[in-house]
Amino acid sequence: MNHIISVMVENKSGVLAKVAALFSRRGFNIESLAVGTTDDDKVSRITIVVNSDESSIEQITKQLHKLINVIKIQKLQPDYSVQRELVLIKINTENKSRAEILEISNIFRANVVDVTKGTIMLELTGNSSKISAFEELLKPYGIIEFVRTGMIACSRGKKS
Amino acid sequence: MGKISGSKMLLKCLREEGVEYIFGYPGGKVIPIYDSIYDEKKIKHILVRHEQCAAHAADGYARATGKTGVCMATSGPGGTNLITGIANAYMDSIPIVAITGQVSTIEIGTDSFQEADITGITSPITKHNYLVKNVKDLPATVKEAFYIASTGRPGPVLIDIPIDVQNALIDENIKAEINLPGYKPTIKGHLKQIKEAAVKIYNSSKPVIFAGGGVVSSGGNEELTEFARLSEIPVITSLLGKGSFPESDELSLMMAGMHGTKFANLALTEANLIIGIGVRFDDRVTGKLSEFAKHADIIHIDVDPAEIGKNVKVKIPIVGDAKNVLADLIKEYKTIRDEKGDASRQEWLKLVHKWKKDYPVSYFNNSHSLKPGYIIEKLHEIVKENAIICTEVGQNQMWAAQFFKCSKPRTFISSGGLGTMGFGFPSSIGAQFGCPDKMVFDIAGDGSIQMVSHEFATAVVNKLPIKIILLNNGNLGMVKQWQELFYKKRYSETIVRGCVDFVKLVEAYGGVGIRVKKKEEVEKAIKDAISIDNLVLIDFHIDPDENVFPMVAPGAPIKEMMVLGKEKK
Ligand SMILES: Cc1ncc(C[n+]2csc(CCOP(=O)(O)OP(=O)(O)O)c2C)c(N)n1
Ligand SMILES: [Mg+2]
Repeated sequence: MNHIISVMVENKSGVLAKVAALFSRRGFNIESLAVGTTDDDKVSRITIVVNSDESSIEQITKQLHKLINVIKIQKLQPDYSVQRELVLIKINTENKSRAEILEISNIFRANVVDVTKGTIMLELTGNSSKISAFEELLKPYGIIEFVRTGMIACSRGKKS
Repeated sequence: MGKISGSKMLLKCLREEGVEYIFGYPGGKVIPIYDSIYDEKKIKHILVRHEQCAAHAADGYARATGKTGVCMATSGPGGTNLITGIANAYMDSIPIVAITGQVSTIEIGTDSFQEADITGITSPITKHNYLVKNVKDLPATVKEAFYIASTGRPGPVLIDIPIDVQNALIDENIKAEINLPGYKPTIKGHLKQIKEAAVKIYNSSKPVIFAGGGVVSSGGNEELTEFARLSEIPVITSLLGKGSFPESDELSLMMAGMHGTKFANLALTEANLIIGIGVRFDDRVTGKLSEFAKHADIIHIDVDPAEIGKNVKVKIPIVGDAKNVLADLIKEYKTIRDEKGDASRQEWLKLVHKWKKDYPVSYFNNSHSLKPGYIIEKLHEIVKENAIICTEVGQNQMWAAQFFKCSKPRTFISSGGLGTMGFGFPSSIGAQFGCPDKMVFDIAGDGSIQMVSHEFATAVVNKLPIKIILLNNGNLGMVKQWQELFYKKRYSETIVRGCVDFVKLVEAYGGVGIRVKKKEEVEKAIKDAISIDNLVLIDFHIDPDENVFPMVAPGAPIKEMMVLGKEKK
């Protein structure tokens, strides 16, 4: 099962490497990873998606807590949090397919961010399944590049 | 305000931490620090002959004294030579601070001469590490390093200092403050859990205490002893738990595990309650995990929450350091006992004592060959509890653990988690510096001692009267034992007889060598060695076929022990 772990860390060099290395050392495969600053410039937030069973997740959470630069860890429940990824997709429009592509992108509420003679670039945010569905639909037109961020997530309601 | 160099500041910070000794080895990227050491009055630098031994010596110093040990090395190969020692301290949760030199900040990342990414390399084997890129961070870094190393679950911390940072100037009186928002070790146990544990313990008909290194490192041995006697519960220890409870006590079942006593393993197997205190239920103790303590509920007390539930299922978890939790547990237990009287578990105690009588740790003492068990028993008879025993790794280590009855904490120093051959002698150097008034022995194997014999120089130069009890069997004995039992006696690369004259070797360094081949000479040799104020190596030519028993075969349940004379042939 996929788990979303949000790790607040001190914003110092080498911290991301320590967190990532801990996952591989304990035998976890990271499915997705996103890092960014927070409202506090001394703190960064790392959002990690891993596939594993419940007891291993507990162990990795405890091990993460042992890293000195880790301040706080949150396990985000899929139903009680909002998850988003961002994707940039560059598609071939040589064979006069631009209108159809625009139609699909309208349905998904994607944005056109670049157009050239033979290509179009779309931007879409959403959860994983929305992005994967979008990708599937666009595949037949010829995807030139597909760039996807790691997932970020935020718990619903007052809890932080 | 006066300005001083980073390297002078480093020494100032170390003095403030109460550091007495730095075990180290110089090199290009620590010359500024060594230049400052040249004028240093308070801290003594001890020159080792290999950086690995600097880390082991710092480790031994820490284990013997309870203070944080310090070691130092240059960049590149100096740092990488420290690694085994750092990993060893990490596995056994020993507080050391390792300081390494680094190439200058502008050269980092360019593969410059003697550059190694030591913070990257040591990440998995340190509790924390630092690369100090700006001299103004140095004082706080040193302060944090010592704080992290010695609190919570102790462990090694490394500080990597580029040479330009060592040379940079800094205000002498800069204030250093610890700022660790993510580090808050839990020391006090949760009282509700402790109360629940006390009730469970009181009501248990077959409880055992299983104590580990955490009891020693928290200084909780007196509390443990009080609690065990108060509740009349037998005490088993891990290898690192030796000394947390007097092994001469009626309630002591000594060490459990692969080469533990049969009575300890039986007690763990038959108990219905195991109170694990500062132990991590390591595979060398549990044997086949699915068969381990099948009838028992487990109460686990540990300062590291990640240890609780890692290997075994726990009924009542208590996060806190052993000393604190035990003190609370004693109070709670007394309250129950005062109300209800002593718990009734005489039958269990009778059974345990019967096992203790039926399965003593022993060796065939009737032959003329020299038995290691005999030597260590004699040693114990002579020095009692007034010595610090360090061990190497292998059969020698297990014989030491089995036959040297230990009664005080910090007197049995052995590499548990990593099982590092060559740990014993350098750790005895650290222990002797830390405890100058104590006798320090290294119970050694002929293989292990050859990994570190260059440190004889360090001992002799510093006039350390360490005694090496060399159990010379001409074998890499422990490996040979496995080959004998599980690999059809195919002794691949484990018979190493006659390649070195150990007496001459120690004499070459200015120490004293004594050779003993007969049982009758053992006592005199040990007494003679003690009377000599110098490094002494006693080369005991022991029975080369002697094996360590009892033994649990790897992967077997711990109640199934091969015993002396009944091993598979
Ligand atoms: C650094 C290191 N290398 C290899 C081993 C594997 N090993 C464990 S015990 C042992 C033999 C030790 O020989 P010796 O020191 O003579 O002790 P004995 O078992 O004979 O008492 C070996 C090679 C180890 N534990 N540590
Ligand atoms: Mg040997």
